[in-house]
Parts: sequence; C-alpha cells; structure tokens
Amino acid sequence: MLVLEDVHTHYGKIEALHGVSVEVKKGEIVSLIGANGAGKTTLLMTVCGNPQATSGRVILQGRDITRDLTSNIMRSGIAIVPEGRRVFSGLTVEENLHMGGFFNTKSEIRKSQDHVYELFPRLKEREHQRAGTMSGGEQQMLAIGRALMSKPNMIILDEPSLGLAPLVIKQIFEIIGKLREEGITVFLVEQNAHQALNLADRGYVLETGRIRLHDTGKNLLANPDVQNAYLGG
Amino acid sequence: MAAHNLKHALFCAIVTLIISYPILGFNLASEGTTVTLEGAKTSTIVGVLLAAVVVFLFQLFRDNLMGSLRQLPAVNPLANRKPMEQSKRLKLESTLLTLMIIGALVWPFIASRGAVDLSTLVLIYIMLALGLNVVVGLAGLLDLGYVAFYAVGAYTFALLSQYYGVSFWFALPIGALLAALFGLVLGFPVLRLRGDYLAIVTLGFGEIIRILLNNMTNLTGGPNGIGGIPDPTLFGMEFGRRVKEEGNTSFHETFGIAYSGEHKVIFLYLIALVLAVITAIAIRRLMRMPVGRAWEALREDEIAAKSLGLNRTAVKLSAFTIGAFFAGFAGTVFASKQGFISPESFVFLESAIILAIVVLGGMGSQMGVILAAIAVTILPELAREFSEYRMLIFGAAMVLMMVWRPQGLLPMRRIHIELKKQE
Ligand SMILES: Nc1ncnc2c1ncn2[C@@H]1O[C@H](COP(=O)(O)OP(=O)(O)OP(=O)(O)O)[C@@H](O)[C@H]1O
Ligand SMILES: [Mg+2]
Repeated sequence: MLVLEDVHTHYGKIEALHGVSVEVKKGEIVSLIGANGAGKTTLLMTVCGNPQATSGRVILQGRDITRDLTSNIMRSGIAIVPEGRRVFSGLTVEENLHMGGFFNTKSEIRKSQDHVYELFPRLKEREHQRAGTMSGGEQQMLAIGRALMSKPNMIILDEPSLGLAPLVIKQIFEIIGKLREEGITVFLVEQNAHQALNLADRGYVLETGRIRLHDTGKNLLANPDVQNAYLGG
Repeated sequence: MAAHNLKHALFCAIVTLIISYPILGFNLASEGTTVTLEGAKTSTIVGVLLAAVVVFLFQLFRDNLMGSLRQLPAVNPLANRKPMEQSKRLKLESTLLTLMIIGALVWPFIASRGAVDLSTLVLIYIMLALGLNVVVGLAGLLDLGYVAFYAVGAYTFALLSQYYGVSFWFALPIGALLAALFGLVLGFPVLRLRGDYLAIVTLGFGEIIRILLNNMTNLTGGPNGIGGIPDPTLFGMEFGRRVKEEGNTSFHETFGIAYSGEHKVIFLYLIALVLAVITAIAIRRLMRMPVGRAWEALREDEIAAKSLGLNRTAVKLSAFTIGAFFAGFAGTVFASKQGFISPESFVFLESAIILAIVVLGGMGSQMGVILAAIAVTILPELAREFSEYRMLIFGAAMVLMMVWRPQGLLPMRRIHIELKKQE
C-alpha cells in the first residue's frame, strides 16, 4: 500500500531523515514509535509531500508520489490526522466534517457523515458547536472523523493520544481497531508505545532520523531495548 | 504597577514633545527672497506643552479610563444580546436588506442632486469594500494595494472609450475581467508570501501601478489624466442635452420631458445601486459555495486545509482574483461618474480607506461592511467644516472604534451550511 525507500528529508540544510525505509501493507496497522524529535512527524509529512523527500522514493498504491503536490496526494485515497489535531476552530463540528469531504458529492458526504456520527456519537451531540470550544478529546475525535470523511483507503495518525486522559485514549485506540475491521489501512505514530505496539501488526522504531528496529508489534513489546527506552523499563 | 505606569506616562509625554515640537514649534517665514526659521507664537508652544501634559495624564490613568470606556455597551444595545437562531437571523437579515434596497430605490427621487451624487460614491465604496472583504475578511490575505485593481477598471474604460469609442456597457465587463486578470497574474508570485510580507508586496504593487499610469504619458496622459469619459446610456439613449454619438437618441426627447442634469445623476446612481446589489449577492453566493468554505478553512488553518487536499495557491488565487474583479467593476463606474480620471484618484490612501471600511465593518460580515462604507464616506463630508482636521477625526474615530469594538461594527456571523435531510 505505502512504501518508503531510502527516504532523505531536509529542512533547509538540516537533514531530518537519513534514509528511511518503511512499508505498510494493505489492511495492516503499523505503528511508528520514537522519542521527541526523532523525525516521526517529518516522516508522515514527507508522505504527504510537505516537505518533499530530497532523495529516495515514496510509493502509494504502486504509484510514485515523491514529487507530487500535497493537494494531489491527499486526494488519492489517503488521509491524515495531523499532529495537534488542527480542527478549524471557527467552524462547527458539522462544517469541519464537510471540509473533510470537500471533493465528494453531497450524497457521499451525507453517508460518510452518518458513519462518523456512528463511530463518535459524541460528535453528533455537538454537531452545531464551534470546534474551538470543544475539549481536547472531542477535538481529536473530530480530527479523526474529518479525515474519514474523504473515505480513505489508508489513514495516517500523528500522536492521536497526545494530552488526553486514559479513558479517552482507550476509546481512540478502540476506534482505530474498528477502522482496521472496516478495511482501512492504518499508519500510526505514537509516544504511547505500549498501546500502539499492542494494537499494531508490525512496528518500527525511529531514532534520530533512522529506523533502528523493525518487527511485529508483539516482538517489539517484548524487546528489552524497546522496554528500556520507550516502555519505562 | 503605579511606578510602571508613571514611567510609561513620562515616556509618552516626552515622545509627544519630541514629535510635535519640531513640527509645530517653528515657522518658515519668507522675507523677500530669503527664508528664515523663527520660533512659533507662544500660544502654539503652550499648546504643545498642554498636549504633552494631556498625554501624560491620559497614560497615567489609562487603565481606569479604558476600563470605563469598555464598559459602555449601553451605547450599543445589540452588543450583549444573545445570538439569534440562525433561521430567525437570516429572515431578519433578508427583511432588513429588502427594506434597505427599497429605501435606496426611492432615495434619488427625494434627495438633492448633491446627496445623490455622494450616494453614488458610497455605492462605489460598498462595491470596493465587499470585494476587498473577500480577500481580507474571508481569505485572510492582507492586501494593501487593492486600489490598483480599481485603477485597472477605471483606466480600462477611460482608454477604451478614448481610443476605440467603446461604451460603458461594453467596458464594464471588460474592465472587471481585465482587473481580475491582473489579480490572477500578480497574485501568482505574490501569494506564496505570508502575512507581513504579502502586505508589503501588495503595497508596493499598488504604487507601481499608480506610478506606471503616471509615467506612461503617451498612453494615459500621465498626471493630466484622461477626460471626456462618456456617461452610460440607457438602451442607446444619452443623458446629455445634445446627442454626442450618431445613432443615439436623447433621453429627454424620447420621453418628451424637459432636459434636466439630474436625470444623469439619478441614472448613474441606479446603475451603481444595481451593481452593488449584484456584487453583494454574488459574493454571498460564493461564500456558501465550496470555494467560500475553502477560503475560510485556509484562513483558519493552512496545514489542516492542505492535508484535506486543498490547493493553497489555487484557493488563495481565487479569492484574490474575485476581489480584483469587483474592484474593476467599481473602477468602471467611478470613471463614468467622474468623467475624468487621473492617477491622483488611486493613491495608497484609497487602499487604506477601503481596508478601514472592511475592518470597521467587522471582517467578513457583509452587513457590517455596508454600514461602515456609508459611515466612512459620509462622515468626512459632514465634517467638511473641520476639513483641516478631517484625517485627525478619522484617525481618532478608528482608535476609539478599535478599543470599543475590536471585532468591528457587525462582526461576521457564520452561516451554517446544512445538508438537506434525507426524506
Ligand atoms: N519546520 C521545520 N524546520 C526546521 N526543522 C524542523 C522543522 N520541523 C521539524 N524540524 C526538526 O526535525 C527534527 C524532527 O522533528 P519531528 O517534528 O519530525 O519530530 P517528532 O519525532 O515528530 O517529535 P515529537 O514526538 O516531539 O512530535 C527535529 O530535530 C526538529 O527540530
Ligand atoms: Mg511529531
């Protein structure tokens, strides 16, 4: 589904990714963990073409998208829940969702909207509330819902549990599990390594711009190095 | 706290002195062929000192003063009301709009010729402000050179009529489209910039257009401008005393009424009114269309908007182009109303005034922008007697306004777009 081959990404002269290779297969949940500043967000944004990789290739569903415009990439069956949620705070919940389905027809929007409300009944209750006035957890749900509105085959999530209470985190991870059942491929970046690896089919560990480890979720959880560095010993 | 206030107040008073003393404290007097510098009258110097004292006292008690100023909502009973239901609000708004349009239609037949003429100018400013509202209020692009597109519209008509004898009705769409084309071509490199940089570049661009018009003397007549721009005709009827162009008839002869200069003024007013209404409706429509929502989304959060597949350049360019289009519209009407245009009419101050209207009205709100356009155009006329202090009063009004209602007269209430529920 998604393949990164020896991807290097720069911010100006500084290289943030030093040759990263990652593969996400259809129907999988793949988790990427790593410390702050390891380059996780950079990796996800490189997939979206913002910034573009300076060398290497990004292949989505068999098509080389390394040099594609962000706007084109994001219209080809992939959606992202960006770091820090980034909902449109001045728009209502419903309008935020409609923005997510910007390129779809009205009837498609209606269908996806009902579906999102099914996954997150809380959003339905807040339908006409301005997104900026909602709690962090509700905003995160909205960000996920908005990403689902375009009916993606693959969804990328950047630290969806950031700053949320344990109960809400549990809910969010349940939803991510549900998405897999619906056949959506999930690429998940998390600080919350335990839950992320538990849920994942496979996982990658990123350290200062390089993939350090790569294994199934279960094996990584059991790996002493990972336990020391990311699971609090 | 108090010590800090005192220090700040002293500083402000000294700045006042430093700024105003050199400007007001000296006079240039010419004696024969020589010019000498002499001190101003004592009264002026006392005035400057007094001003410094006033500034000092104001800054010292600023917190108290501003506090009570902010607690003035009684002046505006609407300020604290609860937000109305959307359906009710829309209904009220359309009733109000209908009343306003009816009033505007009756107006030219009861008002004096001068008042109607001024009203035409107000309508032109309404068109301009509505157009700029798209760029600044909705898309969040600070454009300080908006007047350039106004100039393009006006000069398009002036030049076409001068060289090819094109009439108002042909020039109107051409002027608007050409302005839009300018917006498109110039927006392309400019819109990569953000915030302050965009403001500076658009400011420069506005000046470049004016200077070009000033210096291309062969084509535009330079500072002398272009005169003899024809009035609009009504189905081939002219409004002058004598018919200028062959094949046309004159309005008063056709209807068998006495010639009156007022007919033309009223006709121009009505044209401006119709165009202003068209502008308002067209932009309202656009706001509810996907492109309107894309403007807002991009203004709210660029990264999120891009992550949803919106093309940043295309969305911004569309706002810029549409704004320019309506400025071109307004420019054509302006040229026709004045009959004479020169680069003088398109200085930076015009851009600033249009921007002030948008900000005063409450960014993004059409009603607010219309009210502000009326206020900003008419108030200076009423304050004619204080003509020297007009800009001063204008500035003071702006400052007060921003303290009292920083969100503008009628801040934008967003229209929720609801999908029709399935049966
Ligand atoms: N826009 C930018 N310009 C310059 N450097 C950047 C930019 N964004 C990120 N970086 C740098 O790239 C490196 C990787 O940052 P990135 O945001 O990808 O880390 P991360 O793994 O997502 O961290 P976190 O867990 O804190 O979100 C960091 O050293 C960061 O300083
Ligand atoms: Mg990150």
